[in-house]
Amino acid sequence: METVADFLAALRRGTLSARAAVDLALQRIAAADPALQAFLAVRADEARAQAARIDEQRAQGQDVGPLAGLPFGVKDVICERDHECTCCSKILKGYRPPYNATVIERLRAAGAIPIGRLNMDEFAMGSSTEHSAFQQTRNPWDTTCIPGGSSGGSAAAVAARMVPMTLGSDTGGSIRQPAALCGVTGLKPTYGRVSRYGLVAYASSLDQIGPLALSAEDVALVLPHLAGHDPQDTTSAALPVPDYCAGLSGDIRGLRVGVPKEYFVAGLDPEVRHAVQAAIARLSALGARVEEVSLPHTEYAIATYYVVATAEASSNLARYDGIHYGARAADTRNLLEVYTHTRRQFFGDEVIRRIMLGTYVLSAGYYDAYYLKALQVRTLIKRDFDAAFENVDVLVTPTSPTPAFKLGARTADPLQMYLADIFTVSVNLAGIPGLSIPCGFSEKGLPIGLQLLAKPFDEATLLKVGHAYQCATDYHTRRPANCTDLFDEETKE
Amino acid sequence: MAQYEAVIGLEVHVQLNTATKLFCRCRNHFGDPPNTNVCPVCLGLPGALPVVNQAAVAHAVKTGLLLNCTIAAFSKFDRKHYFYPDLPKAYQISQYDLPVCRAGWLEILLNEQPRRIGITRVHMEEDAGKLMHDEGGGGSVVDLNRTGTPLLEIVSEPELHSPDAAYAYLTTLKQLISYLGVSDCNMEEGSLRCDANVSVRPVGVTTLGTKVEIKNMNSFKGVHKALSYEIERQTKAVSAGQAIVQETRLFDTVQEKTVSMRSKEEAHDYRYFPDPDLAPMTFSAAQVEAVRATLPELPRARKERFAAQFALSDYDATLLTSERAMAEYFEATVQAGASGKAAANWIANNLLTALNAAHLTLAQCRITPAQLADMIALVESNAISSTNAKNDVFPVMFATGASPQAIVDEKGLRQVSDTTQIDAWVRAALEQNPAVMAALTSGKAKAAGTLVGAVMRLSQGKANPALVNARIAELTRAYLPPPPEPA
Repeated sequence: METVADFLAALRRGTLSARAAVDLALQRIAAADPALQAFLAVRADEARAQAARIDEQRAQGQDVGPLAGLPFGVKDVICERDHECTCCSKILKGYRPPYNATVIERLRAAGAIPIGRLNMDEFAMGSSTEHSAFQQTRNPWDTTCIPGGSSGGSAAAVAARMVPMTLGSDTGGSIRQPAALCGVTGLKPTYGRVSRYGLVAYASSLDQIGPLALSAEDVALVLPHLAGHDPQDTTSAALPVPDYCAGLSGDIRGLRVGVPKEYFVAGLDPEVRHAVQAAIARLSALGARVEEVSLPHTEYAIATYYVVATAEASSNLARYDGIHYGARAADTRNLLEVYTHTRRQFFGDEVIRRIMLGTYVLSAGYYDAYYLKALQVRTLIKRDFDAAFENVDVLVTPTSPTPAFKLGARTADPLQMYLADIFTVSVNLAGIPGLSIPCGFSEKGLPIGLQLLAKPFDEATLLKVGHAYQCATDYHTRRPANCTDLFDEETKE
Repeated sequence: MAQYEAVIGLEVHVQLNTATKLFCRCRNHFGDPPNTNVCPVCLGLPGALPVVNQAAVAHAVKTGLLLNCTIAAFSKFDRKHYFYPDLPKAYQISQYDLPVCRAGWLEILLNEQPRRIGITRVHMEEDAGKLMHDEGGGGSVVDLNRTGTPLLEIVSEPELHSPDAAYAYLTTLKQLISYLGVSDCNMEEGSLRCDANVSVRPVGVTTLGTKVEIKNMNSFKGVHKALSYEIERQTKAVSAGQAIVQETRLFDTVQEKTVSMRSKEEAHDYRYFPDPDLAPMTFSAAQVEAVRATLPELPRARKERFAAQFALSDYDATLLTSERAMAEYFEATVQAGASGKAAANWIANNLLTALNAAHLTLAQCRITPAQLADMIALVESNAISSTNAKNDVFPVMFATGASPQAIVDEKGLRQVSDTTQIDAWVRAALEQNPAVMAALTSGKAKAAGTLVGAVMRLSQGKANPALVNARIAELTRAYLPPPPEPA
């Protein structure tokens, strides 16, 4: 009983009640999370009450929704009514939104049960979850390593089988990179596929909410209940949402797979290179036609990303000023000090760094040289992908240049940390969908991720390829050692 | 000494009267209890997103067409950043380089001569909240009901050269926008606000002097006073060889002078950039023409039509078209059967006087156009006298909204035109006034006139005055000495 598919099948058959599903998740969280620190808060009573209602309604023959009884975790950047939402920042400590994000409304309407809040880098800025103001999440495969970020809590919770599905958000790789580093499957949908209403904004033109789970099939089961137009988010697309499960044939014969040469460069860890090349060979063996392609503007992606994302962040985070909600510095003498002391005192260093960068690039006299130029390069990066997708159906790349690194290894060097996103940021700049799936392990037993990319709104192809690959491999089914023990305990009972 | 001329450009903010706010569905309404018309979007809560109110966009396009502007084929919203407690997002959603409307003009009358003043641009933006200081609890509080109210900013070219011209521009603009029905244009409630940019230069020079921005003028008269003060201040300074400092000045409404608020060095860097939450807007020529077709008849055209169609004086036609509501009231009264002349007289002489005395607007008037037309019909058919109409019927209609027929019936005011009855009153009046009788018999025919008052009193004002005059003349003739025989 691990995957979304397992849970839903048992819940529908009636061999597992919603209440039992919630209890199972709570039990696993209680066992695994003290060592991993993925959850910021767990709401046992409320989740049990919601489960009991579902069981009662099901017993009365009512329609309880396609995901009824499925427990899931929520990254601390997505608003849930009356539940503290801090974005792992001291500046929002104690802040309880008065409304639900659209994705929460939709998942709840489908019967899924939110069970707790998940750790992340402050305001989703980071690649290791070390920038959380509250706790350090550890990688379930090696607790001396980072889980990736910023959705580190979301990835670790799924990897350790605490919950079958979590929500993350991805602005520059924040779902895919931790999914890769924790050995789970994570989807960053096309920009506009999933409503951003209720997602606390980091960089509005790049942010997307997406699911993390144990397989492409699990993502396909959940995605229809996240995706679709939302009148409250005018950047969400008014396009029909396909039945993603219907496309999971396992057959990818004739599929055209592109391998962008710019992604296999110096700095790529040899073990990652080896695992990704083996995965490409596997796809070829499954009948895909593999060819090399070029995305010539790839080298500008990191620079472009850190101009666009920080510019938007400097604007989006301006509202945390100590006036209307959240923390406010004490002992201020005037309004200016309320602003400066509050922001200096309650924002973390990485957030301040990005606000300063973004403020700089939007300033009079610098706008054209930085922000406007970055927008132009962004267009070129998008055109690279458009051109590539004229000849291929999917692109295959490593998700992260290295497996999980040690806690503290890069905190002193922000630039080194930024390079963790080198293979993921282009995807957000172009707005296309990206899926990370496990494709192997390093010698030290750390997971390695494969990134699959497709045309805008072609998540169906990503999931189809991911599923075919997972039908032929078992990397996604392997469990970290400590949670194998946990499951053995359960089995003994 | 050189002669100087002033150069003035005005920035007018107009609150649109849409039912809901610019980016959310909260009620857009002045005067509700603080912080009741708010939601996650206008409170700027984390994660909330704006959705453009299409009615506000339509209002902006209409206003642009009214001001002879070009409507942009492509327009977008930008974020303007500054920190202030009345701005919960710490940025205002506004329009920077691609406003909805640009390059128009407004015709004003200056010394009875028409002049075109250029309109640089009209753009959309959201209003901020309202700070209140020391409201009992000490410290400051903020009401965010106004946050997100749709505003249009209308920017004129620097083509106004006197406080009078600025005043004429503002009154004309207000009249036109009120006519359009997109704003209440109420300066007291803040639905119309004005800032001015002013500089002076020697007559004959075509380059612009250093400009000063004036804020905090809360009436058109205030604008006039502030500009007069500022032009004099700058002229004196320049004449004395001093340089004008580029700055923002506040108008002190008590002392009636401008005082320095901040200099250019302290000016904000607003860091405008396109709002990534809002898709750009496009307007096709067909869409623009469709909006143009909905524009109402404007004051000047309507005045000319009224004068011609209803044979009104220029004065009456101007008065009746000065506000759209009044013009519509007048036309509705005529449609309900009143003659143009009578409707104009009653509205101009009685209705407006009564409204002013009661401090009411036409919208609050309890007399419907149809009722006014009915009352005019009662007078014209001699069912009631015009004196009764003015003194007894109209005031009750105004106070209660009752129909004129009901008032006439209840008060028994229906005019008596029955000769037998009138003759009886005339005879009674004669009997009560022996002096008149004596005067008549001595040949003083004019004495009969004094009987009119007595007859009207006896009839309690209901006797038809024309008939009363006729019957008095007829019945008193017998008392007069016979006219001398023709020689």
